[in-house]
Formats: sequence, C-alpha cells, structure tokens
Amino acid sequence: MKLLTPGTVPEATAMLRDSGGRAKPIAGATDVFVHWPVRVPADDEIFIDLSGLAELRPHRWTDDELILGALTTYWDVITDPRAAEEFAILVQAARTVGSIQIQTRGTWAGNIANASPAADGVPALMARDAVVELTSAEGVEQVPLDAFYLGYKRFVMKPDQLITAIRLPRRPHHFESFIKVGTRRAQAITKVGVAIAHSDAGWRIVANSMAPTVRRCRALEEALDDQAPLRSPNDFTPLLTRDLAPIDDIRSTAAYRLGVLARVLYHELAPVCGSVGPSGAAS
Amino acid sequence: MSKPQAEKIEIELTVNGQPVAVSVSPVERLLDTLRYTMNLTGTKEGCGEGECGACTVVLDGLPVNSCLVPTIQARGRRVETIESIDPSRLSELLDSGATQCGACTPGVVMSACWVLDHPDLCDSHSLRELMAGNLCRCTGYDGIIDGLAAALDASNQRPGAGA
Repeated sequence: MKLLTPGTVPEATAMLRDSGGRAKPIAGATDVFVHWPVRVPADDEIFIDLSGLAELRPHRWTDDELILGALTTYWDVITDPRAAEEFAILVQAARTVGSIQIQTRGTWAGNIANASPAADGVPALMARDAVVELTSAEGVEQVPLDAFYLGYKRFVMKPDQLITAIRLPRRPHHFESFIKVGTRRAQAITKVGVAIAHSDAGWRIVANSMAPTVRRCRALEEALDDQAPLRSPNDFTPLLTRDLAPIDDIRSTAAYRLGVLARVLYHELAPVCGSVGPSGAAS
Repeated sequence: MSKPQAEKIEIELTVNGQPVAVSVSPVERLLDTLRYTMNLTGTKEGCGEGECGACTVVLDGLPVNSCLVPTIQARGRRVETIESIDPSRLSELLDSGATQCGACTPGVVMSACWVLDHPDLCDSHSLRELMAGNLCRCTGYDGIIDGLAAALDASNQRPGAGA
C-alpha cells in the first residue's frame, strides 16, 4: 500500500497515469475511510492524497458560472450566502448529507466519483446542469454530469482522469427543491431522493436511489415541459418507470420507492405547476 | 488490528495549540494517532464509520469525525480535542443532564463548544441539526439540546458577548 502526496494538479495527473490507472484519489476520505479497519487496503493499493492541492479547494463565481473545485466541501457551499440565494437546491441537498461532521469533509467531486446511486449531492448538481471537468496528463475534457454515468459504479471518466472542477451555469430558476426520504433526517442513506428544478431551460427531475445511477427522469421532464395534465400521483408512475428502475434492498422496496417518489413529486409540483393537480389544466 | 503498513510518513501538525511531529502510517486514522501516539484518549471511538460522532474533534476550525480523517491530511493543520476544553464551559450541559454513560460525551462537548464559538450558526440551523452528528443512546437528546441552549443564553449575557 502506497500513499502519494502531490503538490500540484500536473503532479497528481502524472501519478495517475504512471500508476496505470490503479491509483485512487482521496479528497475528504469520508467514503474511502468508512470501511477502515474492516477492509484494510491491500498491499498493492495506491492512494493519491489530493488534500495538498490547495488550488482545488475554493469555489468561485464568474459572470456565467459557479465553479466548484474538486476539494470544495458541502460545508463550503452551505456557508456561502450567495449559494443559498442562487443555488438553494445545492444547499438544501448538502444539508441532508450525513451530519455537519461529514459535510465539513465530504466533497461534491467525491460524491460524483464515488458513484453511489444514493448520492445526495449528485441529483442537485445534475438538476442544475452541472458539467464535470476531467483533467489527465493528456489534457482537459468537459462532460455534462447527466452523461457521466454508464451504469452501477461505472462512468465515462477514465482511470487516468481526475475531476478538477464542477461547472454550474448561473441561471435564474422559477422553482427548485430537493427532497430526501430516509429512515431519519440525519445520518441516513436515501431510500428515495429527488431534485426538482425549473428554469427557462425547462424542467429537471433527477432521482437518486431509484436506479443503478443517479438519473434524470426525462419522460416526466418532457411531460412537464409540454404541460401534459398529471391529475394524481398515479399519473406519474408510468412516466417515472420509463427512466427509473428501483430495486428491493436492505433499505427499502422497489414498490415503496416508486410509490413515494410519485407522491413526493405530485405534492411538490401541484402548487407550482398548472398542469399538475386534481383539475390539472386540460391540454 | 491491521497488518503492518508501508513506510511511515513524518508530519507536523498543531494539537491543542502545541506543535507536534509524528510518524504515521499512510492510512492511519487521526483518531488512532491522537489516542495511541499522543495519548490523548479523551477522544473516543464509537462506530468507526462516521456515523456516531463520538470521535469528533475540531480540524482547522470545523468539526470532523476523526475516525474518517487520514492523519496525513492533518499535516500542517490545527486540531483541537476534548482535552483543550475548559471545564467551566460545561456547567450548563452538566446541569441539564446532557450526559449519562459518557461514551458520546467527548464528541457532544466538541460539537456543542463549536456551536458556542459560532453562535451565528443558529441563524441558519436549528440546534438539533447542529448536533445531529452526535448520537446518544442515554439522554434522549433533550438534555443535550437544553444544555446547549442554556449555554448559548449564558454566553450571550456575558459582558462583551456579541448580540
């Protein structure tokens, strides 16, 4: 077991390349260390500690974008009053992650790279059309977050690439909301989660714990954009199952997840969306 | 516990205001460095997976679960542990029955003192949300929340305290 401590991004990407893609970057370590000491790293494992890359920590605002660094934590965003104003959904989602002791360490980029279907940060980022900046020794690539995942714990990021930033367009939103259903409010893994955002770019409905990856519910988004009437939670179900595939596991059942998600969406959307409700606008 | 790790790494950090140099294994947890290298055994291990908060310490001014912090990431940083807390700060918690068996107490105290040091957090967060990372199986939490609320009131009334 080897631990590398780069001081710059080019050093880090060179280490990733030279490890033949075996090295695993560590940011806040809240996912990597959670299995310790039960799962002691194998002798041939290589970790790259990113914490020395100070340039990756701060988030910054440009005229068009909020740019999160690879080491930007949930707490960094929670405590930025500007984020609460313009990206309330990120703050809302961040506050559902673990507890403050986790929020001060866990990073948005780590949430993406850990690729859990239950990730709470990812739906909020995806609902705000986040773009992931991937850097390798070869160069920089920008990948929309909604095209990042290929399947359970699989993504387009190559083993020699490092997430170096997450770009979020600054765009006025008419509505946004993040709902998490878990066993309890703090320190719970999501049974059903959804990020809802509406801007001039259209509706975004992004669910977690409802498929092998965090996923956009595109059929529902289209129905909302077209103002198709949705008169009861049951009207949501066939749209949701076109994109989602929940499972039975230790935390919940597929049927419960789907039922709850349909009801949560109905209750969130009915007050703000004319086509949703018992007498939803006829089309 | 774990099999012998690769070569040790020398790091320097500041613990409770004192600069210290330690030699740590690459995957050593800050919790273990504090307890077994520095003999600061006030910090307790509960779940060991970032859930219970018993091992809470303050790293560069923010509360963290020391069971999830690789010690090497604390290089060059400031760590405060339960040993740094002035016992006079605990009177409201003691009066309200915020502790019983004591397993969670060092972590509870670290979180509570952090809130006391940053009372503006109460503008955006409830005390229950601020303390949600510290599980307690004895008190039912009311004693902890009541004690923290009383301590916040008391510190507000001290001369020179902000609003």
